[in-house]
Amino acid sequence: MAQVVTSHRGPVTGTANRAKKRRPFLIDLYSTAVGKKYVMAVTGIAMMGFVLFHMIGNLKMYAGASDLDHYAHFLQTLLYPLAPKGWVLWILRGGLITMLFLHLHAAWSLTRLNREARPVKYQSARDYQIANFASRTMRWSGIIVLSFIVWHLLDLTFGVVNSEVGNMVAYEGDTEKVKAVYVSVIASFERTPVALFYVVANILLGIHLFHGAWSIFQSLGWNNPRFNKWRRAFATGFAAVVVIGNVSFPVAVMAGVIS
Amino acid sequence: MSNTIKNITLKIWRQAGPAAKGYFETHNIPEITDEASFLEMLDILNDRLVTEGKEAVVFDHDCREGICGTCSLMIDGQAHGPQRGTATCQLHMRKFKDGDSITIEPWRASAFPLIKDLMVDRSAFDRIIESGGYITAETGGAPDANLIPIAKPIADAAMDSAECIGCGACVAACPNGAANLFTAAKVAHLNRLPQGQAERYSRVETMVETMDEHFGSCTNHGECEAACPKEISIDVIALMHKDYRKAKFANRKDLARS
Repeated sequence: MAQVVTSHRGPVTGTANRAKKRRPFLIDLYSTAVGKKYVMAVTGIAMMGFVLFHMIGNLKMYAGASDLDHYAHFLQTLLYPLAPKGWVLWILRGGLITMLFLHLHAAWSLTRLNREARPVKYQSARDYQIANFASRTMRWSGIIVLSFIVWHLLDLTFGVVNSEVGNMVAYEGDTEKVKAVYVSVIASFERTPVALFYVVANILLGIHLFHGAWSIFQSLGWNNPRFNKWRRAFATGFAAVVVIGNVSFPVAVMAGVIS
Repeated sequence: MSNTIKNITLKIWRQAGPAAKGYFETHNIPEITDEASFLEMLDILNDRLVTEGKEAVVFDHDCREGICGTCSLMIDGQAHGPQRGTATCQLHMRKFKDGDSITIEPWRASAFPLIKDLMVDRSAFDRIIESGGYITAETGGAPDANLIPIAKPIADAAMDSAECIGCGACVAACPNGAANLFTAAKVAHLNRLPQGQAERYSRVETMVETMDEHFGSCTNHGECEAACPKEISIDVIALMHKDYRKAKFANRKDLARS
Protein backbone atom coordinates (compact mmCIF):
# COMPACT_ATOMS: atom_id res chain seq x y z
CA MET A 1 0.00 0.00 0.00
CA ALA A 2 2.94 2.35 -0.45
CA GLN A 3 1.37 3.48 -3.65
CA VAL A 4 1.84 7.18 -4.28
CA VAL A 5 -1.37 8.57 -5.65
CA THR A 6 -1.30 12.12 -6.90
CA SER A 7 -4.10 14.49 -7.60
CA HIS A 8 -3.88 17.12 -10.30
CA ARG A 9 -3.04 19.64 -7.57
CA GLY A 10 0.31 17.92 -7.03
CA PRO A 11 1.35 15.13 -4.73
CA VAL A 12 -0.55 14.74 -1.49
CA THR A 13 2.65 14.31 0.51
CA GLY A 14 5.30 16.41 2.17
CA THR A 15 3.58 19.77 2.02
CA ALA A 16 3.47 20.51 5.73
CA ASN A 17 5.12 23.71 6.98
CA ARG A 18 6.34 24.81 3.61
CA ALA A 19 8.34 28.05 3.73
CA LYS A 20 5.94 30.90 3.07
CA LYS A 21 6.41 33.68 0.64
CA ARG A 22 6.17 37.13 2.27
CA ARG A 23 3.45 39.12 0.59
CA PRO A 24 1.64 42.34 1.37
CA PHE A 25 -0.71 41.62 4.27
CA LEU A 26 -4.06 42.10 2.55
CA ILE A 27 -3.04 40.09 -0.51
CA ASP A 28 -1.75 37.34 1.75
CA LEU A 29 -5.07 37.32 3.62
CA TYR A 30 -7.07 37.33 0.39
CA SER A 31 -5.03 34.45 -1.06
CA THR A 32 -6.70 31.87 1.18
CA ALA A 33 -10.26 30.65 0.82
CA VAL A 34 -11.05 31.68 4.40
CA GLY A 35 -9.72 35.18 3.63
CA LYS A 36 -11.89 35.38 0.51
CA LYS A 37 -14.88 34.43 2.63
CA TYR A 38 -14.11 37.38 4.93
CA VAL A 39 -14.23 39.58 1.83
CA MET A 40 -17.52 38.00 0.74
CA ALA A 41 -18.96 38.71 4.18
CA VAL A 42 -17.68 42.28 4.60
CA THR A 43 -18.67 43.35 1.08
CA GLY A 44 -21.98 41.58 1.63
CA ILE A 45 -22.62 43.62 4.78
CA ALA A 46 -21.83 46.84 2.91
CA MET A 47 -24.22 45.97 0.09
CA MET A 48 -26.90 44.87 2.58
CA GLY A 49 -26.62 48.31 4.16
CA PHE A 50 -27.10 49.89 0.76
CA VAL A 51 -30.06 47.70 -0.17
CA LEU A 52 -31.82 48.43 3.13
CA PHE A 53 -31.38 52.21 2.89
CA HIS A 54 -32.26 52.18 -0.81
CA MET A 55 -35.54 50.49 0.08
CA ILE A 56 -36.24 52.82 3.02
CA GLY A 57 -35.48 55.88 0.87
CA ASN A 58 -37.82 54.69 -1.86
CA LEU A 59 -40.69 54.40 0.62
CA LYS A 60 -40.93 58.20 0.11
CA MET A 61 -42.80 57.23 -3.03
CA TYR A 62 -45.88 56.69 -0.86
CA ALA A 63 -45.57 60.24 0.49
CA GLY A 64 -45.93 61.68 -2.99
CA ALA A 65 -43.90 63.04 -5.89
CA SER A 66 -42.51 66.04 -4.05
CA ASP A 67 -41.12 63.95 -1.16
CA LEU A 68 -39.39 61.44 -3.44
CA ASP A 69 -37.95 64.07 -5.76
CA HIS A 70 -36.62 66.12 -2.86
CA TYR A 71 -35.11 63.01 -1.30
CA ALA A 72 -33.30 62.35 -4.61
CA HIS A 73 -32.16 65.96 -4.61
CA PHE A 74 -30.89 65.55 -1.03
CA LEU A 75 -28.75 62.58 -2.18
CA GLN A 76 -27.44 64.59 -5.15
CA THR A 77 -26.43 67.47 -2.90
CA LEU A 78 -25.25 65.41 0.06
CA LEU A 79 -22.88 67.45 2.29
CA TYR A 80 -23.29 70.47 -0.04
CA PRO A 81 -21.88 73.14 0.31
CA LEU A 82 -19.00 71.39 2.18
CA ALA A 83 -18.49 69.18 -0.85
CA PRO A 84 -19.38 70.08 -4.46
CA LYS A 85 -22.78 68.85 -5.62
CA GLY A 86 -22.81 65.15 -6.55
CA TRP A 87 -19.33 64.38 -5.22
CA VAL A 88 -20.35 62.59 -2.04
CA LEU A 89 -22.87 60.54 -4.00
CA TRP A 90 -20.16 59.49 -6.46
CA ILE A 91 -17.77 58.62 -3.61
CA LEU A 92 -20.49 56.39 -2.13
CA ARG A 93 -21.16 54.89 -5.55
CA GLY A 94 -17.42 54.25 -5.98
CA GLY A 95 -17.41 52.40 -2.68
CA LEU A 96 -20.39 50.29 -3.74
CA ILE A 97 -18.82 49.46 -7.12
CA THR A 98 -15.63 48.38 -5.31
CA MET A 99 -17.67 46.22 -2.92
CA LEU A 100 -19.56 44.64 -5.81
CA PHE A 101 -16.35 43.98 -7.74
CA LEU A 102 -14.65 42.34 -4.72
CA HIS A 103 -17.78 40.28 -3.99
CA LEU A 104 -17.86 39.05 -7.59
CA HIS A 105 -14.13 38.34 -7.75
CA ALA A 106 -14.18 36.37 -4.51
CA ALA A 107 -17.27 34.44 -5.66
CA TRP A 108 -15.67 33.66 -9.01
CA SER A 109 -12.35 32.46 -7.60
CA LEU A 110 -13.99 30.44 -4.82
CA THR A 111 -16.28 28.78 -7.37
CA ARG A 112 -13.23 27.81 -9.43
CA LEU A 113 -11.49 26.45 -6.32
CA ASN A 114 -14.57 24.43 -5.42
CA ARG A 115 -14.88 22.97 -8.93
CA GLU A 116 -11.21 21.94 -8.78
CA ALA A 117 -11.77 20.33 -5.40
CA ARG A 118 -14.12 17.79 -6.98
CA PRO A 119 -13.12 17.24 -10.61
CA VAL A 120 -14.97 13.91 -10.76
CA LYS A 121 -18.57 14.45 -9.70
CA TYR A 122 -20.67 11.91 -7.85
CA GLN A 123 -22.04 9.56 -10.48
CA SER A 124 -25.24 8.85 -8.55
CA ALA A 125 -27.77 11.35 -7.22
CA ARG A 126 -26.82 13.20 -4.02
CA ASP A 127 -29.30 13.21 -1.16
CA TYR A 128 -28.79 16.58 0.53
CA GLN A 129 -29.81 16.84 4.18
CA ILE A 130 -29.35 20.46 5.22
CA ALA A 131 -28.32 22.41 2.12
CA ASN A 132 -31.42 24.33 1.04
CA PHE A 133 -32.61 25.91 -2.19
CA ALA A 134 -31.11 29.27 -1.21
CA SER A 135 -27.66 27.93 -0.38
CA ARG A 136 -27.56 25.72 -3.47
CA THR A 137 -28.51 28.52 -5.87
CA MET A 138 -26.35 31.41 -4.58
CA ARG A 139 -24.48 31.61 -7.88
CA TRP A 140 -27.65 31.72 -9.98
CA SER A 141 -29.55 34.12 -7.75
CA GLY A 142 -26.41 36.29 -7.67
CA ILE A 143 -26.01 36.34 -11.45
CA ILE A 144 -29.68 37.15 -12.06
CA VAL A 145 -29.61 39.95 -9.44
CA LEU A 146 -26.43 41.29 -11.10
CA SER A 147 -28.14 41.38 -14.49
CA PHE A 148 -31.06 43.15 -12.81
CA ILE A 149 -28.69 45.77 -11.34
CA VAL A 150 -27.35 46.47 -14.84
CA TRP A 151 -30.88 46.89 -16.19
CA HIS A 152 -31.93 48.95 -13.18
CA LEU A 153 -29.03 51.40 -13.70
CA LEU A 154 -29.74 51.69 -17.44
CA ASP A 155 -33.41 52.27 -16.60
CA LEU A 156 -33.61 54.65 -13.65
CA THR A 157 -30.08 56.04 -13.21
CA PHE A 158 -28.80 56.66 -16.73
CA GLY A 159 -32.15 56.64 -18.52
CA VAL A 160 -30.87 54.65 -21.49
CA VAL A 161 -34.13 52.70 -21.60
CA ASN A 162 -36.32 55.30 -19.93
CA SER A 163 -37.00 58.62 -21.68
CA GLU A 164 -38.44 60.23 -18.53
CA VAL A 165 -35.09 60.11 -16.68
CA GLY A 166 -33.30 63.44 -16.66
CA ASN A 167 -36.43 65.60 -16.87
CA MET A 168 -36.54 68.38 -14.32
CA VAL A 169 -39.52 69.59 -12.36
CA ALA A 170 -40.10 72.85 -10.46
CA TYR A 171 -41.90 72.72 -7.13
CA GLU A 172 -43.51 75.72 -5.55
CA GLY A 173 -41.20 77.49 -3.11
CA ASP A 174 -38.00 75.92 -4.54
CA THR A 175 -35.20 78.11 -5.82
CA GLU A 176 -34.09 75.52 -8.41
CA LYS A 177 -35.60 72.65 -10.40
CA VAL A 178 -35.11 69.08 -9.16
CA LYS A 179 -34.97 65.76 -11.04
CA ALA A 180 -38.39 64.28 -11.74
CA VAL A 181 -37.64 60.88 -10.20
CA TYR A 182 -41.23 60.04 -9.31
CA VAL A 183 -42.43 60.35 -12.91
CA SER A 184 -39.56 58.15 -14.16
CA VAL A 185 -40.42 55.41 -11.65
CA ILE A 186 -44.08 55.41 -12.63
CA ALA A 187 -43.15 55.37 -16.35
CA SER A 188 -40.82 52.42 -15.76
CA PHE A 189 -43.29 50.28 -13.84
CA GLU A 190 -46.18 50.95 -16.19
CA ARG A 191 -44.34 48.60 -18.56
CA THR A 192 -45.60 45.21 -17.27
CA PRO A 193 -42.56 43.09 -18.31
CA VAL A 194 -40.23 45.55 -16.52
CA ALA A 195 -42.34 45.43 -13.37
CA LEU A 196 -42.39 41.62 -13.47
CA PHE A 197 -38.60 41.43 -13.92
CA TYR A 198 -38.28 43.78 -10.97
CA VAL A 199 -40.48 41.53 -8.82
CA VAL A 200 -38.67 38.32 -9.83
CA ALA A 201 -35.20 39.83 -9.33
CA ASN A 202 -36.14 41.10 -5.87
CA ILE A 203 -37.49 37.73 -4.79
CA LEU A 204 -34.18 36.20 -5.94
CA LEU A 205 -32.35 38.91 -4.01
CA GLY A 206 -34.34 37.84 -0.95
CA ILE A 207 -33.34 34.20 -1.50
CA HIS A 208 -29.70 35.30 -1.88
CA LEU A 209 -29.93 37.28 1.37
CA PHE A 210 -31.68 34.42 3.19
CA HIS A 211 -28.48 32.38 2.90
CA GLY A 212 -25.98 35.24 2.65
CA ALA A 213 -27.07 37.18 5.73
CA TRP A 214 -26.87 33.99 7.79
CA SER A 215 -23.51 32.98 6.27
CA ILE A 216 -21.88 36.24 7.34
CA PHE A 217 -21.84 35.05 10.94
CA GLN A 218 -20.13 31.76 10.06
CA SER A 219 -17.65 33.31 7.63
CA LEU A 220 -16.50 36.01 10.03
CA GLY A 221 -16.57 33.65 12.99
CA TRP A 222 -19.28 35.53 14.85
CA ASN A 223 -20.49 32.63 16.88
CA ASN A 224 -21.86 32.82 20.36
CA PRO A 225 -24.31 30.41 21.99
CA ARG A 226 -26.18 33.42 23.35
CA PHE A 227 -27.14 34.80 19.96
CA ASN A 228 -26.73 31.85 17.61
CA LYS A 229 -30.44 31.13 17.56
CA TRP A 230 -31.10 34.68 16.34
CA ARG A 231 -28.86 34.36 13.28
CA ARG A 232 -31.46 32.54 11.18
CA ALA A 233 -34.20 34.91 12.36
CA PHE A 234 -32.06 37.92 11.44
CA ALA A 235 -31.36 36.63 7.92
CA THR A 236 -35.00 35.71 7.31
CA GLY A 237 -36.26 39.01 8.72
CA PHE A 238 -33.77 41.12 6.78
CA ALA A 239 -34.53 39.32 3.50
CA ALA A 240 -38.29 39.64 4.14
CA VAL A 241 -38.15 43.38 4.91
CA VAL A 242 -36.11 44.14 1.79
CA VAL A 243 -38.25 41.98 -0.49
CA ILE A 244 -41.60 43.24 0.83
CA GLY A 245 -40.49 46.88 0.59
CA ASN A 246 -39.00 46.59 -2.88
CA VAL A 247 -41.72 44.43 -4.41
CA SER A 248 -44.42 46.77 -3.10
CA PHE A 249 -43.28 49.57 -5.49
CA PRO A 250 -44.03 47.93 -8.86
CA VAL A 251 -47.12 46.26 -7.39
CA ALA A 252 -48.41 49.62 -6.16
CA VAL A 253 -47.84 51.20 -9.58
CA MET A 254 -49.48 48.32 -11.45
CA ALA A 255 -52.42 48.30 -9.03
CA GLY A 256 -52.82 52.04 -9.52
CA VAL A 257 -52.22 52.84 -5.82
CA ILE A 258 -49.61 55.38 -6.87
CA SER A 259 -49.69 57.02 -10.25
CA MET B 1 -36.00 -12.03 16.67
CA SER B 2 -34.13 -11.24 13.54
CA ASN B 3 -35.85 -10.81 10.24
CA THR B 4 -34.61 -11.51 6.77
CA ILE B 5 -34.44 -8.81 4.15
CA LYS B 6 -34.92 -10.08 0.63
CA ASN B 7 -33.86 -9.07 -2.83
CA ILE B 8 -31.45 -6.16 -2.30
CA THR B 9 -29.94 -4.74 -5.49
CA LEU B 10 -26.49 -3.18 -5.08
CA LYS B 11 -25.02 -0.74 -7.57
CA ILE B 12 -21.34 -0.63 -6.62
CA TRP B 13 -18.65 1.62 -8.11
CA ARG B 14 -15.83 -0.49 -9.58
CA GLN B 15 -12.57 1.04 -10.74
CA ALA B 16 -9.39 -0.97 -11.26
CA GLY B 17 -7.02 1.87 -10.37
CA PRO B 18 -6.58 5.65 -10.17
CA ALA B 19 -6.32 6.06 -13.92
CA ALA B 20 -8.78 3.34 -14.95
CA LYS B 21 -12.29 4.09 -16.11
CA GLY B 22 -14.87 3.40 -13.42
CA TYR B 23 -18.39 2.02 -13.77
CA PHE B 24 -21.31 0.83 -11.67
CA GLU B 25 -21.60 -2.94 -11.26
CA THR B 26 -24.93 -4.44 -10.21
CA HIS B 27 -25.16 -7.29 -7.73
CA ASN B 28 -28.16 -8.97 -6.17
CA ILE B 29 -28.33 -10.02 -2.53
CA PRO B 30 -31.21 -12.56 -2.49
CA GLU B 31 -31.56 -12.49 1.28
CA ILE B 32 -29.70 -11.19 4.32
CA THR B 33 -30.45 -10.97 8.03
CA ASP B 34 -31.37 -7.50 9.23
CA GLU B 35 -28.80 -7.92 12.03
CA ALA B 36 -25.97 -7.84 9.50
CA SER B 37 -24.06 -4.59 9.37
CA PHE B 38 -23.66 -2.88 6.03
CA LEU B 39 -20.02 -3.95 5.86
CA GLU B 40 -20.91 -7.56 6.76
CA MET B 41 -23.31 -7.50 3.84
CA LEU B 42 -20.38 -6.44 1.62
CA ASP B 43 -18.23 -9.21 3.20
CA ILE B 44 -20.89 -11.77 2.27
CA LEU B 45 -20.98 -10.39 -1.26
CA ASN B 46 -17.18 -10.54 -1.48
CA ASP B 47 -17.15 -14.17 -0.26
CA ARG B 48 -19.53 -15.00 -3.06
CA LEU B 49 -17.49 -13.09 -5.65
CA VAL B 50 -14.28 -14.88 -4.59
CA THR B 51 -16.05 -18.27 -4.73
CA GLU B 52 -17.20 -17.42 -8.23
CA GLY B 53 -13.60 -16.59 -9.16
CA LYS B 54 -14.28 -12.87 -9.49
CA GLU B 55 -12.43 -10.01 -7.88
CA ALA B 56 -13.69 -8.82 -4.49
CA VAL B 57 -14.93 -5.25 -4.03
CA VAL B 58 -12.21 -3.18 -2.35
CA PHE B 59 -13.41 -0.97 0.51
CA ASP B 60 -11.82 0.56 3.62
CA HIS B 61 -12.73 -0.72 7.09
CA ASP B 62 -10.99 -1.46 10.38
CA CYS B 63 -12.49 -1.28 13.88
CA ARG B 64 -16.12 -1.71 12.82
CA GLU B 65 -17.32 0.06 15.95
CA GLY B 66 -17.31 3.65 14.77
CA ILE B 67 -14.12 4.88 16.44
CA CYS B 68 -11.30 4.46 13.90
CA GLY B 69 -12.58 6.52 10.98
CA THR B 70 -11.43 4.07 8.34
CA CYS B 71 -14.72 3.12 6.72
CA SER B 72 -16.18 5.48 4.18
CA LEU B 73 -18.77 4.91 1.41
CA MET B 74 -21.30 7.21 -0.16
CA ILE B 75 -24.53 5.24 0.25
CA ASP B 76 -27.55 6.43 -1.75
CA GLY B 77 -26.05 9.90 -2.03
CA GLN B 78 -25.31 10.28 1.69
CA ALA B 79 -21.90 9.97 3.33
CA HIS B 80 -22.00 6.98 5.73
CA GLY B 81 -25.54 6.21 4.58
CA PRO B 82 -29.00 7.24 5.72
CA GLN B 83 -28.43 6.97 9.49
CA ARG B 84 -27.42 10.17 11.33
CA GLY B 85 -24.46 10.22 13.71
CA THR B 86 -22.95 6.89 12.73
CA ALA B 87 -20.18 5.63 10.48
CA THR B 88 -20.88 3.10 7.72
CA CYS B 89 -19.77 0.24 9.98
CA GLN B 90 -22.54 1.11 12.47
CA LEU B 91 -25.22 1.05 9.78
CA HIS B 92 -27.29 -2.10 9.78
CA MET B 93 -29.38 -3.75 7.12
CA ARG B 94 -32.51 -3.18 9.23
CA LYS B 95 -32.37 0.36 7.85
CA PHE B 96 -33.35 -1.06 4.44
CA LYS B 97 -36.46 -2.77 3.10
CA ASP B 98 -37.15 -5.74 0.83
CA GLY B 99 -36.42 -4.97 -2.79
CA ASP B 100 -34.35 -1.82 -2.06
CA SER B 101 -31.77 -0.71 -4.57
CA ILE B 102 -28.65 0.72 -2.90
CA THR B 103 -26.00 2.77 -4.73
CA ILE B 104 -22.48 2.75 -3.29
CA GLU B 105 -19.81 5.22 -4.40
CA PRO B 106 -16.40 6.22 -3.06
CA TRP B 107 -15.73 9.65 -1.48
CA ARG B 108 -15.07 12.03 -4.32
CA ALA B 109 -12.60 14.92 -3.94
CA SER B 110 -9.38 15.84 -5.70
CA ALA B 111 -7.62 15.66 -2.33
CA PHE B 112 -8.88 12.09 -1.88
CA PRO B 113 -7.52 10.32 -4.98
CA LEU B 114 -9.16 7.00 -5.66
CA ILE B 115 -6.98 3.93 -5.09
CA LYS B 116 -9.32 1.16 -6.12
CA ASP B 117 -13.09 0.59 -6.23
CA LEU B 118 -14.42 2.27 -3.06
CA MET B 119 -11.06 2.99 -1.42
CA VAL B 120 -9.56 6.48 -1.46
CA ASP B 121 -6.31 7.97 -0.15
CA ARG B 122 -7.14 10.37 2.69
CA SER B 123 -3.54 11.35 3.51
CA ALA B 124 -4.33 15.00 2.72
CA PHE B 125 -5.82 14.99 6.25
CA ASP B 126 -2.43 13.87 7.60
CA ARG B 127 -0.83 16.90 5.92
CA ILE B 128 -3.23 19.18 7.80
CA ILE B 129 -2.52 17.45 11.14
CA GLU B 130 1.25 17.53 10.57
CA SER B 131 1.15 21.26 9.97
CA GLY B 132 -0.36 22.16 13.35
CA GLY B 133 -2.33 19.42 15.06
CA TYR B 134 0.05 19.03 18.00
CA ILE B 135 1.04 20.70 21.26
CA THR B 136 4.39 21.35 22.88
CA ALA B 137 4.76 19.06 25.90
CA GLU B 138 7.60 18.09 28.17
CA THR B 139 8.97 14.66 27.59
CA GLY B 140 9.70 12.34 30.48
CA GLY B 141 7.37 10.86 33.04
CA ALA B 142 3.66 11.13 32.58
CA PRO B 143 2.32 14.27 34.29
CA ASP B 144 -0.10 13.89 37.19
CA ALA B 145 -3.71 13.75 36.19
CA ASN B 146 -5.63 17.03 36.54
CA LEU B 147 -2.40 19.00 37.01
CA ILE B 148 -3.86 21.72 34.82
CA PRO B 149 -7.34 22.69 35.98
CA ILE B 150 -9.79 22.93 33.08
CA ALA B 151 -13.33 24.24 33.50
CA LYS B 152 -15.89 21.51 32.84
CA PRO B 153 -17.69 23.35 30.00
CA ILE B 154 -14.34 23.96 28.27
CA ALA B 155 -13.32 20.33 28.64
CA ASP B 156 -16.72 19.24 27.31
CA ALA B 157 -16.53 21.59 24.31
CA ALA B 158 -12.99 20.43 23.51
CA MET B 159 -14.13 16.82 23.77
CA ASP B 160 -17.03 17.48 21.40
CA SER B 161 -14.55 18.44 18.67
CA ALA B 162 -11.91 15.90 19.72
CA GLU B 163 -14.46 13.23 18.84
CA CYS B 164 -13.54 13.69 15.17
CA ILE B 165 -12.29 10.38 13.79
CA GLY B 166 -10.98 11.85 10.54
CA CYS B 167 -13.15 9.71 8.27
CA GLY B 168 -13.57 12.42 5.63
CA ALA B 169 -17.38 12.29 5.49
CA CYS B 170 -17.44 16.10 5.83
CA VAL B 171 -15.39 16.49 2.66
CA ALA B 172 -17.40 13.82 0.87
CA ALA B 173 -20.73 15.40 1.80
CA CYS B 174 -19.66 18.99 1.10
CA PRO B 175 -20.90 20.22 -2.29
CA ASN B 176 -17.57 22.08 -2.55
CA GLY B 177 -15.26 19.33 -1.32
CA ALA B 178 -14.19 21.53 1.60
CA ALA B 179 -12.44 20.21 4.71
CA ASN B 180 -13.41 23.06 7.01
CA LEU B 181 -15.27 20.85 9.49
CA PHE B 182 -12.35 18.43 9.87
CA THR B 183 -9.75 21.18 10.19
CA ALA B 184 -11.95 23.26 12.49
CA ALA B 185 -12.63 20.26 14.75
CA LYS B 186 -8.89 19.70 15.15
CA VAL B 187 -8.21 23.42 15.66
CA ALA B 188 -11.07 23.78 18.16
CA HIS B 189 -9.99 20.71 20.10
CA LEU B 190 -6.53 22.13 20.86
CA ASN B 191 -7.33 25.86 20.81
CA ARG B 192 -9.97 25.46 23.49
CA LEU B 193 -7.62 23.76 25.95
CA PRO B 194 -4.90 25.43 28.05
CA GLN B 195 -2.33 22.97 26.69
CA GLY B 196 -2.98 24.26 23.16
CA GLN B 197 -2.50 27.97 23.85
CA ALA B 198 1.24 28.17 23.05
CA GLU B 199 0.66 27.34 19.38
CA ARG B 200 -2.89 28.67 19.18
CA TYR B 201 -2.36 31.25 16.43
CA SER B 202 0.44 29.57 14.50
CA ARG B 203 -1.64 26.37 14.52
CA VAL B 204 -4.75 27.87 13.00
CA GLU B 205 -2.71 29.74 10.40
CA THR B 206 -0.69 26.76 9.16
CA MET B 207 -3.60 24.33 9.32
CA VAL B 208 -5.97 26.59 7.39
CA GLU B 209 -3.32 27.30 4.77
CA THR B 210 -2.43 23.62 4.39
CA MET B 211 -6.14 22.83 4.07
CA ASP B 212 -6.33 25.45 1.34
CA GLU B 213 -3.77 23.61 -0.79
CA HIS B 214 -5.94 20.53 -1.09
CA PHE B 215 -9.61 21.31 -0.53
CA GLY B 216 -12.46 23.54 -1.63
CA SER B 217 -14.02 26.38 0.34
CA CYS B 218 -16.85 26.54 2.85
CA THR B 219 -20.13 28.03 1.63
CA ASN B 220 -22.02 27.25 4.84
CA HIS B 221 -24.38 24.60 3.47
CA GLY B 222 -24.11 22.57 6.68
CA GLU B 223 -23.99 19.21 4.86
CA CYS B 224 -20.79 18.27 6.73
CA GLU B 225 -22.53 18.49 10.09
CA ALA B 226 -25.34 16.24 8.87
CA ALA B 227 -22.87 13.66 7.52
CA CYS B 228 -20.47 13.68 10.48
CA PRO B 229 -20.63 10.32 12.33
CA LYS B 230 -19.74 12.24 15.51
CA GLU B 231 -22.25 15.03 14.83
CA ILE B 232 -19.66 17.77 15.25
CA SER B 233 -21.35 21.16 14.95
CA ILE B 234 -20.37 23.71 12.32
CA ASP B 235 -19.94 26.08 15.28
CA VAL B 236 -16.32 24.88 15.30
CA ILE B 237 -15.93 26.28 11.76
CA ALA B 238 -16.94 29.71 13.06
CA LEU B 239 -14.39 29.34 15.85
CA MET B 240 -11.68 28.47 13.32
CA HIS B 241 -12.62 31.46 11.13
CA LYS B 242 -12.44 33.72 14.18
CA ASP B 243 -9.07 32.36 15.32
CA TYR B 244 -7.67 32.57 11.78
CA ARG B 245 -8.68 36.23 11.61
CA LYS B 246 -7.07 36.89 14.99
CA ALA B 247 -3.99 34.90 13.98
CA LYS B 248 -3.45 36.84 10.79
CA PHE B 249 -3.50 40.12 12.67
CA ALA B 250 -1.53 38.84 15.68
CA ASN B 251 1.10 37.13 13.54
CA ARG B 252 1.41 40.19 11.37
CA LYS B 253 2.39 42.25 14.39
CA ASP B 254 4.82 39.61 15.62
CA LEU B 255 6.40 39.20 12.19
CA ALA B 256 6.80 42.94 11.82
CA ARG B 257 8.95 43.03 14.94
CA SER B 258 11.47 40.48 13.69
